[in-house]
Amino acid sequence: MATSQANVFTVVSKFYDEYVTTTPQRLKIIDAYLAYIMLTGIFQFGYCLLVGTFPFNSFLSGFISCVASFVLGVCLRVQVNPQNRKDFLHISPERAFADFVFAHIILHLVVMNFIG
Amino acid sequence: MAGESNIRTALSNPAGWQSLLSFSILALAYLAAFSSRLFAVIRFESIIHEFDPWFNYRSTHHLVNYGFYNFLNWFDERAWYPLGRIVGGTVYPGLMVTAGTIHWLLNSLHITVHIRDVCVFLAPTFSGLTSIATYLLTKELWSQGAGLLAACFIAIVPGYISRSVAGSYDNEGIAIFALLFTYFLWVKSVKTGSIFWAGCTALAYFYMVSAWGGYVYIINLIPLHVFVLLLMGRFSYRIFVAYCAFFILGLLLSMQVPFVGFQPIRTSEHMASAGVFALLIAYGFLKYLHTHLSSLTKSEMRSLFFFAVAASAAAVLMAVVYLTYAGYVAPWSGRFYSLYDTGYAKIHIPIIASVSEHQPTTWVSFFFDLHVLVCTFPAGVWFCIKKINDERVFIVLYAISASYFAGVMVRLMLTLTPVVCILSAIAFSNVLERYLVDDTPKVHHIEDESEDDEEGDKRNKSKDLYDKVTKTAGKVRKIRHEPSGEPESLGGNVKTIVVMAVMMILMMFAVHCTWVTSNAYSSPSVVLASYNHDGSRNILDDFREAYYWLRQNTDDHSRVMSWWDYGYQIAGMANRTTLVDNNTWNNSHIALVGKAMSSNETRAYEIMKALDVDYVLVIFGGVIGYSGDDINKFLWMVRIAEGEHPKEIREGDYFTPQGEFRVDKAGSKTLLNCLMYKLCYYRFGEMQLDFRTPPGFDRTRNVEIGNKDISFQHLEEAYTTEHWLVRIYKVKKQDNRVRLDHTVRKTDIKPKTKFTSRKSGKRKRGFIKNKLLIKKGKRPSSKNKKPSRKSSSKK
Repeated sequence: MATSQANVFTVVSKFYDEYVTTTPQRLKIIDAYLAYIMLTGIFQFGYCLLVGTFPFNSFLSGFISCVASFVLGVCLRVQVNPQNRKDFLHISPERAFADFVFAHIILHLVVMNFIG
Repeated sequence: MAGESNIRTALSNPAGWQSLLSFSILALAYLAAFSSRLFAVIRFESIIHEFDPWFNYRSTHHLVNYGFYNFLNWFDERAWYPLGRIVGGTVYPGLMVTAGTIHWLLNSLHITVHIRDVCVFLAPTFSGLTSIATYLLTKELWSQGAGLLAACFIAIVPGYISRSVAGSYDNEGIAIFALLFTYFLWVKSVKTGSIFWAGCTALAYFYMVSAWGGYVYIINLIPLHVFVLLLMGRFSYRIFVAYCAFFILGLLLSMQVPFVGFQPIRTSEHMASAGVFALLIAYGFLKYLHTHLSSLTKSEMRSLFFFAVAASAAAVLMAVVYLTYAGYVAPWSGRFYSLYDTGYAKIHIPIIASVSEHQPTTWVSFFFDLHVLVCTFPAGVWFCIKKINDERVFIVLYAISASYFAGVMVRLMLTLTPVVCILSAIAFSNVLERYLVDDTPKVHHIEDESEDDEEGDKRNKSKDLYDKVTKTAGKVRKIRHEPSGEPESLGGNVKTIVVMAVMMILMMFAVHCTWVTSNAYSSPSVVLASYNHDGSRNILDDFREAYYWLRQNTDDHSRVMSWWDYGYQIAGMANRTTLVDNNTWNNSHIALVGKAMSSNETRAYEIMKALDVDYVLVIFGGVIGYSGDDINKFLWMVRIAEGEHPKEIREGDYFTPQGEFRVDKAGSKTLLNCLMYKLCYYRFGEMQLDFRTPPGFDRTRNVEIGNKDISFQHLEEAYTTEHWLVRIYKVKKQDNRVRLDHTVRKTDIKPKTKFTSRKSGKRKRGFIKNKLLIKKGKRPSSKNKKPSRKSSSKK
């Protein structure tokens, strides 16, 4: 038992070390942004559990706004990651960021409409 | 001189010719699509057809007159009396908003077009756009030549024309365009993996959601595509980006339509997309970990990886099942469940089963609607499977699911038609590529080849310009290519024969499509036409005659009761309040109307009084032989009424003891005395249509009616049209004195003999009749039972 736990712990620490050393600065910034969005989403959901879902459309628009921002951030990170270059041959990082902004414009316009 | 050589290089530039040809072919396809749908407008007039479009037209009229927000919040109190209908929340606004926007745009440019004309010609305009969308989709899937063929096919194919003819102002007219455009954008996003294309897909999906209830097909087919790609091991980050961005934006956008509301997170139909979303995120995350932890042993990681993916898929499935079981997620609604279990609707939801468009498809309809394309469609599927890639998996899945649905319901032939056009175009394009290419090495042989083919082309002159131009485009393009380097080269004769055969088949296809459009799908249904022996036309305009009589001769607030088929037309043309209409959202209300039509007059009058009915309208086709009248629909009225009131209405009562449905003397008594029978055949027994047939001969059922002696107690005839097609009756108010059922006791009987009293003024001595005479010494007669006594007692 102890050995398997030690195994898991070593795997996690190894992963953390590898992450800190190998990922470029850009991706770390995006990861920090993603962590912040996730915290916001968790807070919103917790608030909904406490208070109830009365203006359901408002809760949905706020929560889905968090989820969508997270998803779009993940997509941006995937496209910008130099390891995935062969998957995205025609998309430069600048193009990826422009698409990201375009999607966010659509997202926030709809959220404004839906929030009531 | 430099200018000359510039012009020469420009003229011989193949890319320039190619784009010019594509543009002109697409323009001709647009024109063909538009003009092929105009038969009804040229033969009759620019009028809205059928039943459903009348409601759409009325809503668009309301939108144009009162503005967008008043349309979105409209509560219609002139339908479903006394319940009313919340139109804003129960309608897909895309169609009305599109027509309203075009109307506003044209009017602001001072091109004053009436909204009715915009509505009538909207469907042909969008069908041209559909052919362009099909071209784009097929170009992404295969090649430009196949795209041009597909555009030409879908421009004239009858399966699509049936729902998008000029005057058919219905959701499918714009929905098929939105469907194909969404699919094109999805294929583009899968190929590029860009968030921009995924966002555009979400916007097109939003337009589709606002246009038609069939958007459920998109939101289930795209997750199925992603799931199958995962199963095939074709995961790549492009699919991850495309689907995640599309799903989350599409989810939020689809909830903006009031009719859809919160359904995307609450009903089973949308759970597949959410499940695949969760699975895809789990898969992507695990793959990311997999690449980072590649330092560990490969095999260990691989097995762990597969196990983790399977576990997450199982977890997602368990979550969905639990949510459905716990009631948070609604189960599949009746409309979609009946696609899976085809016997379900007939037993539980007779209204869905009674619609003629929901019946299973016959083999004939496949050929009638698609002609040769249905034969070459499997060949296209095979080609796509042979040279598989990510987007061809999508089209194969679309083909398989659409084939299943088209077999279940006639109405869904419409969703099969685009994929059949695309895959047949791929098949034809493959054939033409193989047989039009020249792989002969010598240059003058190439020129001979092209001359032969061009002469063959000119010999087979076809009426359809675009068809000929298409073949030329295919040929010109292929000749400029390098030889394909096939191992065997076919002789010139074989190639010419094959190309000519293919062209003849395509010409026959074009002729068939035009014939079907002209004969079968171009009738307005509101106006009927029949042709005499000498070919002259006889127009039966009874429907409009009756509706306009209602419009001009009845009070504005009067209520009309009819079967639900005619509700929208009455509301649109006659502008009167109706009880039930084609929306069929309230089954109990329709069952009440059905019960009123199936009961005898007294019971029906009670129901009509409770619902404040002023007029009753029935359709009767016995004089002209019209087979879509209310007597032919009567059994459905009985079934629907029996569903709600099984104790009072029994379907078996309306059949003869042998089980037949007859309206002549042998018909069942219940049928011959019900309200619908009386309303249809009132005074028909006096009418003799032909000297060969007796009076009261029903031309539709081909029998002489059984009950000719019809009289009404609570109704009176208000209007019957020229050919007795529409009959309107007025419901009378209650009598002041209620007539009794039994015969009144007679109190004025004079007796036959006059009674005279025997009492008089004279005093007469009374006497005893039949007095007993006793003689002394003799016994009294044995007749007297008294014992004899001595006469000494009598002194």
